Amino acid sequence: MEYQAKELFATHGVTTTLGVVVETAEDARKAAEQLGGVTVIKAQVKAGGRGKAGGVKIAKTPDEAFEHATNILNLTIKDLPVNRVLVTPATPPQEEYYFSFLLDRSNRQYLCIASVEGGVEIEEVAKTNPDAVKKIAIDPGKGVDAAKAREIATEAGFPEAVFEQAVTMIENLYKVFVEEDATLVEVNPLARLEGDKLEALDGKVSLDDNASEVRHPEHEAFEIKEEADPLEAKAKELGLNYVKLDGQVGIIGNGAGLVMSTLDVVAYAGENHGGVKPANFLDIGGGANAQVMANGLDVILNDEQVKSVFVNVFGGITACDEVANGIKGALELLGDKATKPLVVRLDGNNVEKGRQILNELNHPLVTLVDTMDGAADKAAELANA
Amino acid sequence: MSIYLNADSKIIVQGITGGMGAKHTALMLDSGAEIVGGVNARKAGTTVSHKDKDGNDVELPVFGTVAEAMKETGANVSVLFVPPAFTKAAAIEAIDAEMPLIVVITEGVPVQDTAEVWSYLQGKSTRMIGPNCPGIITPEVSLAGITPHTITGSGPVGLVSKSGTLTYQMMYELKDFGFTTAIGIGGDPIVGTTHIDALQAFEEDPDTKLIVMIGEIGGDAEERAADYIKANITKPVVGYVAGFTAPEGKTMGHAGAIVSGSAGTAAAKQEALEAVGVKVGKTPSATAALAREILVGMGIEPKA
Repeated sequence: MEYQAKELFATHGVTTTLGVVVETAEDARKAAEQLGGVTVIKAQVKAGGRGKAGGVKIAKTPDEAFEHATNILNLTIKDLPVNRVLVTPATPPQEEYYFSFLLDRSNRQYLCIASVEGGVEIEEVAKTNPDAVKKIAIDPGKGVDAAKAREIATEAGFPEAVFEQAVTMIENLYKVFVEEDATLVEVNPLARLEGDKLEALDGKVSLDDNASEVRHPEHEAFEIKEEADPLEAKAKELGLNYVKLDGQVGIIGNGAGLVMSTLDVVAYAGENHGGVKPANFLDIGGGANAQVMANGLDVILNDEQVKSVFVNVFGGITACDEVANGIKGALELLGDKATKPLVVRLDGNNVEKGRQILNELNHPLVTLVDTMDGAADKAAELANA
Repeated sequence: MSIYLNADSKIIVQGITGGMGAKHTALMLDSGAEIVGGVNARKAGTTVSHKDKDGNDVELPVFGTVAEAMKETGANVSVLFVPPAFTKAAAIEAIDAEMPLIVVITEGVPVQDTAEVWSYLQGKSTRMIGPNCPGIITPEVSLAGITPHTITGSGPVGLVSKSGTLTYQMMYELKDFGFTTAIGIGGDPIVGTTHIDALQAFEEDPDTKLIVMIGEIGGDAEERAADYIKANITKPVVGYVAGFTAPEGKTMGHAGAIVSGSAGTAAAKQEALEAVGVKVGKTPSATAALAREILVGMGIEPKA
């Protein structure tokens, strides 16, 4: 979110105005009083297009700040409820620029994108006047030092009056990019304020989850817990790789690619069964023991939309008998809480033993199907029953 | 024949004494791969005990550095089972030792670390596969990674995939034909070996008669591969793309698997591939059926 991006900017010496983050309209009034003068009230959600959605308003007085904050805190922008607003002094820009560093996956390097001919309307500029949008490759092994920052500022064409400020800001924004392990650091607009002062008026930072896990425990503080889906939050607590979707067939599989593929196969099968769809993505990974399977089933069975569950496992390193024992153990652990039909497809390593375990279990909720396509069809049929 | 990995491959394991390293060293040995040792600076001079595929005891030496391991064993492949925080340093050590092939299995490597390794690799002699990948198997010959060696044997199909389990699934679907080499390039935003690299290598491998390419949502690697196929590949290519039903903005397990805006959708990838004559299957089994049909049409029969 904007206020979090600005905190990171400030930490690394990027000129910006933090403002005050509040969760109630009354606090917005107080913040406006405290700041004095004209203020801007901005919705804080992880989505673009806040202005168009009515989430950014100018307030001349504290009472207006209260009024705007009341309205904005009632908004939902791109399905996200607005739970907090940022109150900042209104600083009308003389000129707006665009600046970002990002991961360029196609070319396996970093990329700087800069334009002095447009800030917030950058996408429009890119279409109508692509030459005005400069793209400068950054070698991850070399990075951005003072000389490179100067080169970028020259290439971008920053006006003389703000040139030296731009060089410093570019160096500091690159610090945000590498020291925070970001995949995107964007300033939009980068504003030239009255008195030729350069300032990051709004910004966005995307962080690399892998890096946060490995070396930035402090990034956990950026997570906004109340916005997460409750099932996703529960799955995360259990250490499961789960994404909630909007369908009726619960999915459990091993390996991200196979689970993605399973979602597709179930959606196709659903076309023949009343249009049922996959209810979630859940990758239980390599070692599918009983506890992991039970945790996964527990999350999925708590999804009220779910009518049937499809367990799709290819035993690569994991043996199918372990998976079958996992399912058996999970059903024992869940007991009466397991109420929805389970369609299981096992293939690969020790498949015969695995199928035998489930056949002997002979559980009324479990149906064993030999192929992925057949099992998807059965699961969709049961979800539509 | 095969790509990247063959009967002359001598493999060391960086992280051979760790849990994953030990488990998969055993499985690689069981496949018949020639594992000649491992690296762990803190345990240099010791050995680890394993069994070869015939059940005989083998003692593998643990070296302090990759360079030393190469000098003593003649290793030309290194498989990395090193925790994510140390993967960059381990990869750079192998590159400095001029290891011809490194296979990075580790999941969860910070993407900027991979970007730095990739930059460091430029102009050097090392090929990197991964990170976050199942590795590479030349069935019945060698295995550098975690792909189960029991799924199928050697045959005329070359397979390149971002995903591990989909690699296994596809090998299983076409087990009656078998594979020259199956390579999992990994699902991270930046990987060392791309679809294009593998396509080129399969094109040059005389024993590969048909190539199966598995992609997934995110990035534009499949679209770029399509352009490459049009210009450079004469062998038949069959494709599969996972993630048609993945919603925008949600990461689907792989760090790279995310649809952002209109870019990176499965439909766009399918369209790009079909536009250059690649037959794309709707499901893994449908993809295998397309491959089977082409192989039979070429006069190649399944194994009994």
